[in-house]
Amino acid sequence: MMHFDWVLLIEKCVLILIIISVSLLVAMYETLAERKVAAWMQDRRGPSRAGPWGIFQPLADGMKLFAKEEIIPTSSSRLLFVLGPGLAMLTAMMTSAVVPWSSHFVIGGHVVNMQIADVNIGILYIFGVVSMGVYGIMIGGWASNNKFSLLAAIRGASQIISYELAMGISIIALLMMSGTLSLREIVEQQQNGHYYILVQPLGFLIFLICAFAECNRTPFDLSEAENELNFGYHQEYSSMKLGFYLFAEYVNMFISGAVMATLYFGGYDIPFLNDAAWGAHHGQNWLAIFQVVVFFLKIACFIFFFMWVRWTIPRFRYDQLMKLGWNVLIPLALFNMLATGFIVLLHQNHWHF
Amino acid sequence: MQALTSRAKAVERKPMTMWEKMYLPAIAKGMSITFGHMFKKRPTVNYPEKTRPFSPVFRGLHVLNRDEEGRERCTACGLCAVACPAEAITMEAAERMPGEEKLYREEKYAAKYEINMLRCIFCGLCEEACPKDAIYLSETFAPSNYTRKGFIYGKEELLIPDPVTQPEEYAKARGQHH
Repeated sequence: MMHFDWVLLIEKCVLILIIISVSLLVAMYETLAERKVAAWMQDRRGPSRAGPWGIFQPLADGMKLFAKEEIIPTSSSRLLFVLGPGLAMLTAMMTSAVVPWSSHFVIGGHVVNMQIADVNIGILYIFGVVSMGVYGIMIGGWASNNKFSLLAAIRGASQIISYELAMGISIIALLMMSGTLSLREIVEQQQNGHYYILVQPLGFLIFLICAFAECNRTPFDLSEAENELNFGYHQEYSSMKLGFYLFAEYVNMFISGAVMATLYFGGYDIPFLNDAAWGAHHGQNWLAIFQVVVFFLKIACFIFFFMWVRWTIPRFRYDQLMKLGWNVLIPLALFNMLATGFIVLLHQNHWHF
Repeated sequence: MQALTSRAKAVERKPMTMWEKMYLPAIAKGMSITFGHMFKKRPTVNYPEKTRPFSPVFRGLHVLNRDEEGRERCTACGLCAVACPAEAITMEAAERMPGEEKLYREEKYAAKYEINMLRCIFCGLCEEACPKDAIYLSETFAPSNYTRKGFIYGKEELLIPDPVTQPEEYAKARGQHH
């Protein structure tokens, strides 16, 4: 008879709850950080009225969005119109399932993995979910029944599809080196400072640029180009449905930072420190906490980088975007893949032709 | 084509070099500039907590002055209203009754004295016209208001606190000079 593991179910439910609330909290404070970073780079002070240093600003923003009138245009298709922002948020959150946030805790002799699901095709799962993210934009833009929204949705879809190709090819080069699709194993391979950024710098660069495009962040925020499309795909949205779209972007940024840190920067590995030895000395639980902190610091660096780029580089023109994607990034990614494959084969052959 | 001035500069249209076509060096340069700006001193003054110092000749809200004994100096002669180019000042005169010598300095005083702050251009001609030093322009400016009526300042708003009964408020209203 199958024995159902209730402990595992509860453990995973608690973990999901924690990760979702933490992602939302991080996304909340990303909105504040974005405004602060923007202000600092423009020699301003940024929001400073709600609480000390404006730390309650996200709450005020959220309250304001909730208090706004909820408008559903009569000519829109109602079901899809409501579905759009929900889907955007859902796909943004789903990626967090396979990211290993830390090694593991030991609670009462029970090993608690800090990963919701250690699936052996983790990267494929991420790609699957990320490519679904475009549906939020597509459905929202289509359901709004507004030609600007539709144009933005088409732009967003074609942009994400174009950049997903280069992203996928750049990650293949990484997979050839790691030999596994499981994110946990990829992180474990990178212990003690053997980060994949050192052997895959070009692949990382391509992945980074594509991540910007996938997150619809400046300089690739073509689908919300307000000077040509008014607002873009969320033109007709108001109240918290608009908030969901904006929020999904920040959750996406958080998750893509986590994925990049996992793939190229050793995930939860603590740099300049032998994790296992430290853990044996101080206890596994302390190590796990330390690793979570380090991982979040890495993610924070990526988030800052996203903002830094946003407030530096102006938006691409649409033809420039397509040219960059198809004429530059895909050939580069292909070259990177072939070169990596060549070296990996050579290495397996003990450097003999 | 002949240049119109000696400062004319021909626009270069040569194709970009490989280095320029890579864009990444240019992006890195731009990002270093924005990063440097994060540590620059910000010119913003946190207004309600901190105020920018005004110059000593700043002409702000009007104050109706009192003398050392706390008596109103204004005699409602109307010279300020005549001098006012924006016609912002109106007043009604009244005769001082016996027993009111502690309130008003002269035999005649302004029973009503109103300045429309929306009309006023803060030129300070009223201050110059006043023979009794009864009106002067302070270093504060008119705060915002929801109604137009709110900008018509009467004697309650304009009159300086009594130096005898409210010396602290009087000193505060007087400001740095005058």
